[in-house]
Amino acid sequence: MKSTRDKPSRAIGATVILLIMAGLAAVAASPQAGAAPPVIRIEKPGQCVEPTAVMRRDHMKLILHQRDQTMLRGIRTNKHSLKNCIDCHASPKTNSVLGKEGFCESCHTYAAVQMDCFECHSPSPRAPASANKPVATRTGVASEAARRAAMAAPAAATRGRGAAP
Amino acid sequence: MSLDRRSFLGLGAVAFAGVAITPGLRLIELVQARSPEEAASTLKRWGLLIDTSRCTDCEVCVTACHTENGITGHGRPATDAQWIRKVTLSDKRTGHAQTLPLLCQHCEHPPCVDVCPTGASFKRADGIVLVDKHTCIGCRYCVMACPYGARSFIHETVTGQKPDVPRGKGTVESCTLCVHRIDRDEQPACVEACTADGGKAMVFGDLNDSAANLHQRLRREPTIQLRADLALNTGVRYQGL
Repeated sequence: MKSTRDKPSRAIGATVILLIMAGLAAVAASPQAGAAPPVIRIEKPGQCVEPTAVMRRDHMKLILHQRDQTMLRGIRTNKHSLKNCIDCHASPKTNSVLGKEGFCESCHTYAAVQMDCFECHSPSPRAPASANKPVATRTGVASEAARRAAMAAPAAATRGRGAAP
Repeated sequence: MSLDRRSFLGLGAVAFAGVAITPGLRLIELVQARSPEEAASTLKRWGLLIDTSRCTDCEVCVTACHTENGITGHGRPATDAQWIRKVTLSDKRTGHAQTLPLLCQHCEHPPCVDVCPTGASFKRADGIVLVDKHTCIGCRYCVMACPYGARSFIHETVTGQKPDVPRGKGTVESCTLCVHRIDRDEQPACVEACTADGGKAMVFGDLNDSAANLHQRLRREPTIQLRADLALNTGVRYQGL
């Protein structure tokens, strides 16, 4: 009796262990098999406006703070503005931060965090991304000055607000 | 180095000529231009004067506004966004007709701000009335409250926005007086276009600046506010109506 009972119970035990191991193997293998890790393509190598660790964790806080400063008070510093993010991080191929390999979308899809910015905001830079030279001016000062100079040139004829036409 | 009498007088004459031939140049304005770090100030109040006697049949201002702010329609005039529109007024008895651009009047006491349940509709320190679309829930109370019909609700998904002008479905929007241009010390697109290609009917400036052309025109010439009976103290004034 004892020996006849032992045989099937051992077989069951072995099967259970095998199944658990197979399950563990499947779980261990799943990151490769399931969602692909995000493609983080840095178009302009160099230092971002803040250290990478800060940007990874707190980029939303910075953008949110700047959003209210700009919208409500008219403060338009370049450093933490969404437009500055897009100017640097847009892909020259698609001229956008969206798309499967876009800087914003690839990571947000992987992390399953919905971003609503681009329901209203343009995902494209102010000047076409392909036209930008990869210059590491991340302080925002140099790029801001260049942008202002570019803006001033065509508008020079109509400046002098309030002056007689 | 010392100056003799002759060269001192010569320099004085040159300086006087410089002042005389450049009456439009005001150094004080250059000093007052706002830097990007500086918040909008209550010391300024942006305003507009529209001279209807110079306003012609053209739609230059409307086209310039649409181009600047990336406003595209769907061919459905009843629901398409309208930031500025040309209105024709005609006297039924005499047939005398006038045309004028109508836009957000940027009131000092805006009814749209009074009725907004979320605080999305607000007046900036320098008098520009705006919608913060991050907090707008699309209830459209402001659309109903505005006596000028200046506000539009966005019914459909928007694509191809300008980087400076975010626009999206489910929010209300209206003329921003080209706030992004004002913040970099430029005139609104409609004014620039009217001066360049239209009837030169629009003057933009600071209502508080007594040296500005706008202020002087308002002081010298008779102008009106639309629906002045509502006592909203509009920033946009009309002349020749």
